Amino acid sequence: MIAVFLTVLGRDIRLAVRQGTDSLMVVAFFVVTVVLFPFGVGPESAVLERISAGVLWVTALLASMLSLDRLFQQDYEDGSLDHLTRAPAPLAGIVAAKVAAHWLTTALPLIAAAPLLAILLHMRPEGFAVLVVAMVLGTPTLSLIGAVGAALVLGARRGGVLVALLILPLYVPVLIFGVSAVDAAVMGFAYTAQIKILAALLMASLVLCPLATSLALRQALE
Amino acid sequence: MLTFSPPARFLAFTRRLLPWLGALTGLVLLVGLVWSLAYSPPDYQQKDSVRIMYVHVPSAYLGLFAYMVMAAASAVALIWKKPLADITARATAPLGAAFTFLCLATGSLWGKPMWGTWWVWDARLTSMLVLLFLYLGYMALANAFDDRTRGDRAAAVLCLVGVVNIPIIKFSVDWWNTLHQPASVIKPGGPAVDPSILGPLLTMILGFQLLFITLVLIRMQSGIAAAQIRALSQRT
Repeated sequence: MIAVFLTVLGRDIRLAVRQGTDSLMVVAFFVVTVVLFPFGVGPESAVLERISAGVLWVTALLASMLSLDRLFQQDYEDGSLDHLTRAPAPLAGIVAAKVAAHWLTTALPLIAAAPLLAILLHMRPEGFAVLVVAMVLGTPTLSLIGAVGAALVLGARRGGVLVALLILPLYVPVLIFGVSAVDAAVMGFAYTAQIKILAALLMASLVLCPLATSLALRQALE
Repeated sequence: MLTFSPPARFLAFTRRLLPWLGALTGLVLLVGLVWSLAYSPPDYQQKDSVRIMYVHVPSAYLGLFAYMVMAAASAVALIWKKPLADITARATAPLGAAFTFLCLATGSLWGKPMWGTWWVWDARLTSMLVLLFLYLGYMALANAFDDRTRGDRAAAVLCLVGVVNIPIIKFSVDWWNTLHQPASVIKPGGPAVDPSILGPLLTMILGFQLLFITLVLIRMQSGIAAAQIRALSQRT
């Protein structure tokens, strides 16, 4: 079980690293979209500071959603997904490995870029550490929920657009608590409650989402 | 779906039930509407605009109820692979979406005179909006595949995942103390609503419930007919 987990994890990371540009594209999308906001709402630092946490979270959420088709689409098309479902390990574990690889190759670069963009948006330095902690706890939840959506739309017409409609409503709790943790830290209030809720959301989705994803994958391959 | 044998007993049962059910629905809704719009007392503060409640509360309740029916049907469809369960889930979705939309729309019309705004980002309003999006996502996913059974299965999984939102809607007013008022009809210690208002309200809820059952049965009949047509056209 552990061996299969590590094999799938290693395989997906190697594929992502060797294809290279895909991960970079996600970060590039994140940076360019965030940079658009000062043009859109004007360069006043008071306004930018107020919306910085929300802009960073919403953009990170969209970037992580755009990369979801990488999760299963290629394996579905070339048939390796059929083999993975017949591996001598529970499918939920394999799904967890694939989600972990997806998180390491797409969300981790986003988290690294976030404080830099926070400076561009004039966020106060008190928020930086909390922003990183909140994103470390929140983005795996996004990847886990996204995996359910990505598995559901395999073989659908216009799957890319459809996945947005399916999973963005489910992203709302992460967004609410992620933004409010950073806002509380910036204003000098306690933020541990929001961080704990983000951790709880992660725990719950860590248990439920791989199961739902493997159910969705099985019926996609029937 | 190459072989589809119509559930004969279900069809015979609904065919006999529907005229009576339809008549009862019309009667209860008529009594409820006349009672709530003409004979119930206006609120001492809200005056006549309190009457929006007689549509708002039943549609909110049915928006949630329809989702639970859809989720139960989806679970049955996934576990026992009953075609009738898929037809039930598909029949429920647009009705639930319509009731949820009606709830949001009437709430918005009520909010303007009472709260002074069409919309607030309050926990209950936001979670109801998420419910509407879940319905829309369900319908989009169910119709996104060339293979119809594939759409049924995928949508059923999505529907079960979305169930997490239902307790959030129900308890949002207790967890976050925001603008929307907490539960007042079903609560420990009896309803906090005056009997003169509770009577027409419960009648309207019963009427909406009957309307929902009638419409679901009609939609299920047409769903079965559509499945029969598909099976016939595939055979030739």
